[in-house]
Amino acid sequence: MRTAEALRMAVEALRVNRLRSGLTMFGVIIGVLSVVILVAIGTGAKDAVEREIAGLGSNIILVVPGQVTLGAAPTQSRLDLSDVAYVRRVVGDPSRVTVAVNSGEPVRVGRNEVFATLTGTDENVPGVFDRPLRRGRYLSETDVDTRRRVAVLGSEVAAKLFGDVDPIGRQVTVAGVRFRVVGLYETVGATFGVARDQEVHIPVTTAQRLIGMNRINAVAVSASGPDEIEPLRRRVLAALAERYPGERFSAVTQTQLLGTVGTVLGMLTGVLAAIAAISLLVGGVGVSNIMLVGVRERTKEIGLRKALGARGRDVLVQFLIEAVLLTTIGGLAGIVLGVGGALLIQAVSPVPAAITWWSIVLAFGVSAGVGVFFGVAPARRAARLDPVVALRTE
Amino acid sequence: MTPPPPLPEDTAADAGEDAAGNVPGNAPGNAAESAFEAIGLTRSYRLDGVSVDALRGVSLRIGRGEFVAIVGPSGSGKSTLMHLLGCLDRPTNGVLRVGGVDVSTLDDIRLAELRNQTIGFVFQSFHLLARTPALDNVALPLVYRGVARAERRARARAALEAVGLGHRLDHRPSQMSGGEQQRVAIARALVGDPQVVLADEPTGNLDTRNGADVMALLERLNADNGVAVVLVTHEPEVAGRARRQIHVRDGRIELDTGVVAGGGRAGGSGEDG
Ligand SMILES: Nc1ncnc2c1ncn2[C@@H]1O[C@H](COP(=O)(O)OP(=O)(O)O)[C@@H](O)[C@H]1O
Ligand SMILES: [Mg+2]
Repeated sequence: MRTAEALRMAVEALRVNRLRSGLTMFGVIIGVLSVVILVAIGTGAKDAVEREIAGLGSNIILVVPGQVTLGAAPTQSRLDLSDVAYVRRVVGDPSRVTVAVNSGEPVRVGRNEVFATLTGTDENVPGVFDRPLRRGRYLSETDVDTRRRVAVLGSEVAAKLFGDVDPIGRQVTVAGVRFRVVGLYETVGATFGVARDQEVHIPVTTAQRLIGMNRINAVAVSASGPDEIEPLRRRVLAALAERYPGERFSAVTQTQLLGTVGTVLGMLTGVLAAIAAISLLVGGVGVSNIMLVGVRERTKEIGLRKALGARGRDVLVQFLIEAVLLTTIGGLAGIVLGVGGALLIQAVSPVPAAITWWSIVLAFGVSAGVGVFFGVAPARRAARLDPVVALRTE
Repeated sequence: MTPPPPLPEDTAADAGEDAAGNVPGNAPGNAAESAFEAIGLTRSYRLDGVSVDALRGVSLRIGRGEFVAIVGPSGSGKSTLMHLLGCLDRPTNGVLRVGGVDVSTLDDIRLAELRNQTIGFVFQSFHLLARTPALDNVALPLVYRGVARAERRARARAALEAVGLGHRLDHRPSQMSGGEQQRVAIARALVGDPQVVLADEPTGNLDTRNGADVMALLERLNADNGVAVVLVTHEPEVAGRARRQIHVRDGRIELDTGVVAGGGRAGGSGEDG
């Protein structure tokens, strides 16, 4: 018997039992649909986070004291402003190095008060971070040198405190001290839960006085190009190790962050896909079950076919093709619905979703494989039926 | 009902041995000319450790173009014998030659081919695919022979016309009377130009008139095409239309009118006691 003939027979058998075929496919459809949608969401989340990290500014190296481990309490800093000057000399280009002193503080205008991230920094923010201004100016070298009480506001802080009013030149009170607003940042969004639009930047010298410490939290360095990141990272670390023998410093690059985050989110996507694959497996068991029922029901038909000259192999192929057809048609329907669902989620909800080719190919391949795997047992049972017993069955 | 057109000419030239002209009703003289030759056939079933002997040593020879009725009470082993002759089953003991070939030398695949090429089946309960049109039902044996679709349909159409159902090609069995269904089954049995048609109680589910129509068809098939017909029945008037009757009882041949008439034509008689 030719394969085309077997295919025609299988289509006919599925058509004759339309309702049952549809219900059987349903399990596979749900499975494939969830694979496609969950992988799309996982991939979308990964893309979104990677975009955020890239949005920090290009080629950034963040130098912090101690060892960076997730969940560990931050190490007591031993870096101060002289170390920042030292790093500047090591890097060579002072505009590529900036500093951060952080503290959560209330910021008030009249009766409006918000809780903001107060960041003491310097005039090199635009040289390191991708942080465009909407209005006014950045902090200047003079602001830092003379410990001025001036501030550049993140867009959300400004919106909450001033509404639509232009904040430039107005006063804000930070931790009880009055500052004059000289600049307003563009909205840049959040990174890792760090709401950068809720920051208030003031000169680092002013911040140290205000918070009452002479240390700093981090030094941020920008490499001149992607190839320069790693050498520069090593150079800065080596220089700090030389200056403070026995101390530990960490220099985290964007690439490392991307890698770590990518791995974590990749694993998440994998877990989601695995959960979805289980539902696909359940769909496969359903196919197997229905096929077994079909073989029992069609015992007479199988016996007849054998009497008319069907070989065991012909019967096997016929039932196997039926199973594979069930799962691949279900798989295609699941892919169409899954892609549609992912696009819908993307359009109407804040959850990002990105459709990937591999998930579609995988889902289709797996559903075909499920058909073969779960079709074999019923098909073999059919192929082995004794024609006499089958024909005597009434 | 209009009289059905004549049966198509037997075009079976694919198997050389087939070319030997058979005169219907004339018993062939040697073993190679036999459609079936059985020597000491037994068939036992094992049910929960208990052995049931359905056939207890059957020997017979059925020539090409013969018309034979197998008769006997229910449970005597008629169907079991038919299944053995039709190569649907293998004997527990004994030798069976179909068209001169010892079936014990054939594997399951060759056996399926043998069924497909040389034997046509007609069953008491028709055994048609209920939701498949008559034309495709009839063409089914040719599917397993690898015949191309267009030719299959043409031959199935001719076979249906030969049994007087040229106007029912696209009807499904569920839309047909029992008599029509059995004629579809006969068309399916003859579409592959078999050497033998095995019919197990073909009139068992039919009223007298439809039964007579089916018998007439089988007789014409035998007379015009030289196809051997082996028919199981428990109706005396049906059996009486066959030239030869083989009476089976308790798994043995009780009486074989062919043997009595021919004077020891068969390899060995199953008669005893
Ligand atoms: N598959 C089987 N398993 C056990 N016993 C069987 C089987 N098929 C037939 N038999 C037994 O073999 C005997 C002959 O059966 P069968 O050939 O169908 O008789 P008939 O067709 O003459 O009525 C009966 O006793 C029947 O019960
Ligand atoms: Mg019977």
